Amino acid sequence: MDLTQSFSSLGADIIVSAPLVLTMVMGLVIVVLDAFRRNHVATPWIAALTLAFGLVMEITRIGAASGTAYYDLLRVGGMAAYVNALIFGSGLLTVILARPYLESIGHHIGEVYALILFASTGMIVLGTANSLITIFVGFETMSICLYILTGLVRTNQGATESALKYFLLGAFATGFLLYGIALMYGATGTMYLHEMQSAVGDHQTMFRSGVGLLLVGFLFKVSAVPFHMWTPDVYQGAPTPLVGYMSTASKSAAFASLILVLYLALPSTQWIGVVAVIALLTMVIGNVIALAQTNVKRMLAYSSIAHAGYILVGLAAGSPEGYSGALFYLLVYTVMNIGAFGVIALLEWDGTQGSEQSLDSLSGIGYKKPLLAWSMVFFMFGLAGFPPLGGFIGKVAVFGPAIHSGLTWLAIVGVLTSAVSAYYYLRVLVVFFMKESNPDVATDNITFSVPGMSAAVIVLCVIMLIVLGIVPTFLDVTASFFDGNMLATLP
Amino acid sequence: MNASTLIPVILLLPLAGALFCGLVGLFVPALRQREGLIGVVGTAMVIVPFLAVLYLFLNFDGGAIVVEFYTWMAAGDLSVAFAYRVDQLSLVMTLVVTGVGGLIHLYSIGYMHGDPGYWRFFAYLNLFIFAMLNLVLGDNLVVLFLGWEGVGLCSYLLIGFWYTDLKNSAAANKAFIMNRVGDFCFLLAMFLLFRELGSLDFDVLLVQGPSLDEGVLYLTVFLLFMGATGKSAQIPLFTWLPDAMAGPTPVSALIHAATMVTSGLYLLARFSPLVLAAEGIMAFIAIIGALTAIMAATIAITQNDIKKVLAYSTVSQLGFMFLATGVGAFFVAIFHVVMHAFFKGCLFLGSGSVIHAMHDVEHQLSQKLEPEGHTGKFDPQDMRTMGGLKKFMPSTRITFLIATLAIAGIPLLSGFFSKDEILFRAFESASTNDYGMLVWIVGMVTAFLTAVYMIRAYVLTFEGEPRWPKADTIQPHESPWTMTLPLWVLAILSIVGGYIGLPGVFAHGDWNLIHHYLGESFGGPLAEVHGEAHVALSTEWILLALGAAIAIAGVALGWYWYSKHGPAFDDRLRSRFGRLYRAAEGKYFVDEAYEKVIVKPLIVGAEKGLAPFDTYVVDGLVNAVAFITRGLSFVLKYIQTGVVQIYAMAIVIGVILVLAMMMFG
Repeated sequence: MDLTQSFSSLGADIIVSAPLVLTMVMGLVIVVLDAFRRNHVATPWIAALTLAFGLVMEITRIGAASGTAYYDLLRVGGMAAYVNALIFGSGLLTVILARPYLESIGHHIGEVYALILFASTGMIVLGTANSLITIFVGFETMSICLYILTGLVRTNQGATESALKYFLLGAFATGFLLYGIALMYGATGTMYLHEMQSAVGDHQTMFRSGVGLLLVGFLFKVSAVPFHMWTPDVYQGAPTPLVGYMSTASKSAAFASLILVLYLALPSTQWIGVVAVIALLTMVIGNVIALAQTNVKRMLAYSSIAHAGYILVGLAAGSPEGYSGALFYLLVYTVMNIGAFGVIALLEWDGTQGSEQSLDSLSGIGYKKPLLAWSMVFFMFGLAGFPPLGGFIGKVAVFGPAIHSGLTWLAIVGVLTSAVSAYYYLRVLVVFFMKESNPDVATDNITFSVPGMSAAVIVLCVIMLIVLGIVPTFLDVTASFFDGNMLATLP
Repeated sequence: MNASTLIPVILLLPLAGALFCGLVGLFVPALRQREGLIGVVGTAMVIVPFLAVLYLFLNFDGGAIVVEFYTWMAAGDLSVAFAYRVDQLSLVMTLVVTGVGGLIHLYSIGYMHGDPGYWRFFAYLNLFIFAMLNLVLGDNLVVLFLGWEGVGLCSYLLIGFWYTDLKNSAAANKAFIMNRVGDFCFLLAMFLLFRELGSLDFDVLLVQGPSLDEGVLYLTVFLLFMGATGKSAQIPLFTWLPDAMAGPTPVSALIHAATMVTSGLYLLARFSPLVLAAEGIMAFIAIIGALTAIMAATIAITQNDIKKVLAYSTVSQLGFMFLATGVGAFFVAIFHVVMHAFFKGCLFLGSGSVIHAMHDVEHQLSQKLEPEGHTGKFDPQDMRTMGGLKKFMPSTRITFLIATLAIAGIPLLSGFFSKDEILFRAFESASTNDYGMLVWIVGMVTAFLTAVYMIRAYVLTFEGEPRWPKADTIQPHESPWTMTLPLWVLAILSIVGGYIGLPGVFAHGDWNLIHHYLGESFGGPLAEVHGEAHVALSTEWILLALGAAIAIAGVALGWYWYSKHGPAFDDRLRSRFGRLYRAAEGKYFVDEAYEKVIVKPLIVGAEKGLAPFDTYVVDGLVNAVAFITRGLSFVLKYIQTGVVQIYAMAIVIGVILVLAMMMFG
């Protein structure tokens, strides 16, 4: 390699990846700031503005042609911009929701925002990776930040325990991921995804086991069954608004990367079977176990497992239509889940960060906090997939392609499990509106008020959910990433 | 400005008004009492679209404009867009909806004054206008159906507006449920058309529809007509409309006289090429229309509630319009729709003004009688307690009289031209079909009855001596200008409106503007009978004179009878006609028959047959599934032990599964 030319394109690369670079730099700024001025009032604002800047930048680039930066290590524009916008968007909403929450549980510390920015950096690197190296770097940057965020409340035994579990199992899964990368490199001699298929040659078995192991790493991250078991514990232990972030942004990044790996590395016929089986298991197990949950956050954890299953159905279709459906689903899912966790976070008035909060303790809350409860109506109906909300269109967008690819049985299971899910989603609403308030927890005495910014975020999520349901053009946007030129524009 | 910028304005302003009134009322209780704000916003949101429509109308160059916003739904071969169609027919209907609608909004400002549900009323009314505009402007059956169901919903909400009275809620339910029967037929027609032609856009349906298989075409038109009978209150689905008078009077004027109930006519007119191709169904339509007209007219003579009289009159006039449709005179049906909107709107609003005044009388009376321990309650809608109101309510009286003469068909007023044209077309068609003469005779008789019952209503209300209790000391008042202004506008339109459709005896029909505007032979959207039979000019004159004579005779006789005898003349009629009168008074016992033949067996069947099936078989299956799933859930829950080694074990199993499938699958 001619090193004199190494930095010639650096300036251009930094410009096209400005949101990523800025996020990383601002994360460092917050660390430094926090070292001198503990918990400065500007810290959340710096994080929010950085994420907002990134969001706006990436939204404007969604329509642009896709390209690469840093010697083809990262992709920019097009699908990459869409994924980044998802990550920035959920980060931004989370920062707004998290501040009052963290204050109320007495853990409003500056690192949180630095960690969110670093995690976002990692997610972007993962979501836009074009090489196995960047996949790994992004994957680990994201994961480590999430481990710390899970155990943020160090004094809480449950939180520490779940963080440790998450870390141990995450390290275990990373081992498989790394081993998979090694095997893939061994079989092809390249780290670039788009070069692999042509470079495999005689090493088919080695390459395919490599892809399998890589898949394990991703499936762990998106909490697909049977790699899901950390999820309920972690979601229950971690601070609630941050769970909304973990469950959406990290899934967006991991799924985006997985789509690209599967799309570029192997012909779809070779992996459809395994993804379909995993999707089936994930939908069935996630939805069925969710039925028996009495803790709100655990219930939502199983729900997010189930939703990973629905997205996997779109992937299992193995067609551009399915991938674009999955990407669309990620957007809808982000909106619904951030909203749902946001509402639950606001309803935790007892200061135990909700890890022990049973659904019954929220009886009759619908009449005391109508805005939150009615927003929850939309999120629950959206998650259950009722028309005309976005959740319905999302399910159509992933089940339809599966049927077109001959996986009708999978789509049938998906629809049946969705029907099952209505039971536990609607039970939330039954408790909210149709049960007398519980005298033991004395909800009559609650006097907490909903911060204006948080309420605005919740309402925004509701509006987005409705818009996604009745304006179908968003699907065309995700579909446009796959109309053939994505491969062509890659070098 | 062109149609694609104006159509969103026309459509969305009423929706914005509905949202404004509804949300403000719902969330800001303090603003609920701001009647000025709510009333003005609600009214402006209809008047502005009216001006926009007027602009479109004046700049319309004759070619249909289709404005498509975006694809609403696409699945397989079905693609439905939010597309709207501006052509002669939709322009006429839109003008009526927004014009008469705007006047009735203005009227409601005064009429609903002091009602705690003021905001709700305007929210519903604006929503209704939005739905109605979707109905008449939609360019495919789905958008039309959206409006169709929307107006049904608003009708339901407004009939049951005073929902604390169970009677009103029951009337609302009745209207909604009977409309479902019609809607079901409409849906079937839609499915049928989609199956046969693969599209629901008017462009496709109207061009390819007439060449469908005869059987399919007949069935489609029949189903469309059955849909229309629900919304437009024809036999067999008419009984909901009189009950719908439970709603506030402006609602009766707007929804149950001027606009919504004519949507069935609009539907048939829109599909006129298909209807015209289905000759057998046309005969059916004409006969149903004629039967409805005469049946409702005879009932109207026996009613004492002023709004009930007008309600049956509406059913009867709608029958006239279907009669016109049945003899292939679609543009005349639309002509009568427009004229009917004017005079019946005026009549309903006039009756509202009267009821408003009588409520005031009731109020004064109860204040007077309270010390004596009486409540002083009487029915403010009963014409037997009215009389002599002309002294107290001059504007209401004159406008009511004008509209009465117009609907009666007194020459040179609007109703004369439209009704005469209907009867003439029926007579004319008799030379090419077997039913024309029959429906013509029925129509003539009905025209006479119309004159009688309308003049009866006028005389009993306004002429003679006051008949309410303590009439010597209690005086009703004229309504405020917001209520009388719409009356005057509609009354003037009832006088001059008819000149847009002068009969063929003048200049060989060249002065029939509405025919030239709407008719197919002049580039309009409404199909017409080809090679129509020619009627001699002298015959036309004779028919015209006959129509005028019948109307004048009806008015003169009615005036004589009822001003001489007052309400007592009804007893004479009763003794004269005996059974016939009692049958009409009992509304031909249709409600009772439905109760016996349909409702009772349904309820009994449901209780005895379906309920046990539901409890034991359906619920049993559902419960079994739920039981098994929950059981599974509880078992699976125990795998989640919280022990991290087990989690790692699960991962290992997963790795084996994935690798095995990747390498050997």
